[in-house]
Amino acid sequence: MGAPAEAAEHAGEHRDYAGAKLGMWIFVFTELILFGGLFVAYGMYRSMHAHDFHKASGELNVTLGVVNTLILLTSSLTMVLSIVAIRLGRKLQSMLFLACTMLLGAAFLVNKFFEWKAKIHHGIYPGSEHLMARPPGERLFFGLYFGMTGLHGLHVTIGVVVMSVMLVFLARDRIRHNDFIKLENTGLYWHLVDIIWIFLLPLFYLAA
Amino acid sequence: MNPSMQTQAEPPHIVGYATFIKVWIALVVLTGLLVGLSVTRRPHLALLGLLVITPTKASLVLFYFMHLKYESAALKYMVAVAIAVLIIFIGLTFSDYLFR
Repeated sequence: MGAPAEAAEHAGEHRDYAGAKLGMWIFVFTELILFGGLFVAYGMYRSMHAHDFHKASGELNVTLGVVNTLILLTSSLTMVLSIVAIRLGRKLQSMLFLACTMLLGAAFLVNKFFEWKAKIHHGIYPGSEHLMARPPGERLFFGLYFGMTGLHGLHVTIGVVVMSVMLVFLARDRIRHNDFIKLENTGLYWHLVDIIWIFLLPLFYLAA
Repeated sequence: MNPSMQTQAEPPHIVGYATFIKVWIALVVLTGLLVGLSVTRRPHLALLGLLVITPTKASLVLFYFMHLKYESAALKYMVAVAIAVLIIFIGLTFSDYLFR
């Protein structure tokens, strides 16, 4: 597409690359504080109930936690490759990488579903009779486990929904080699979700 | 494109596929190391994993995948301040608890 034609097509469209990116980073900071508070709660309760936390952590499925870590790390790779591809003008490749990221995100949620299902099947869920009969530290551990992995899972779900919108934008050329900030900001969000999980893995699954 | 149409700063240069694949390999290796340390059943090694390997992994994602390495100094300072604030929050809360 020629420069004048492109300029005419997007006449009146306001684009601010640096501003859009800065806005996303500020949002990332608010997320950092949100999860940061939960990590402080975890740290405090763990120092109060070290033994109970240790014991309760042993009941989590380490294999599933590690598999989900590898899934999220790989999804972060395909996300960033999708951005590189569109910047190189490879639209189809970019869409394929983004679709892979979505599938990996969905796979993460499926694993999480089975993990939670097994826990609930064993009578472990916030407020359950079985859990209320156990020591306070174990109750706190599982409360934080469901709360933090739940909030993280919500973020993964939102990420997959946002990516499906980006896939449509890519297909309709609303995201192009010279206008890719929407995809880049989606990536920033997805990597943040990955970073949070990087901290959740050793704190919950490997704490035993 | 007509330069007068653009008010935004130009996006930074394109980083190739290979760099990101190397970072991904490093992340997978570090995860293996972290899990390996935790199964040794030595609390000191597991703590080392938590305090060294986990932040290293997070930094790799932050600097490469989130592109921070290639961003302006202003954005780098902003991220540094945000993380410093978080560390101060955590530090103050814990010092209050430990020395109460």
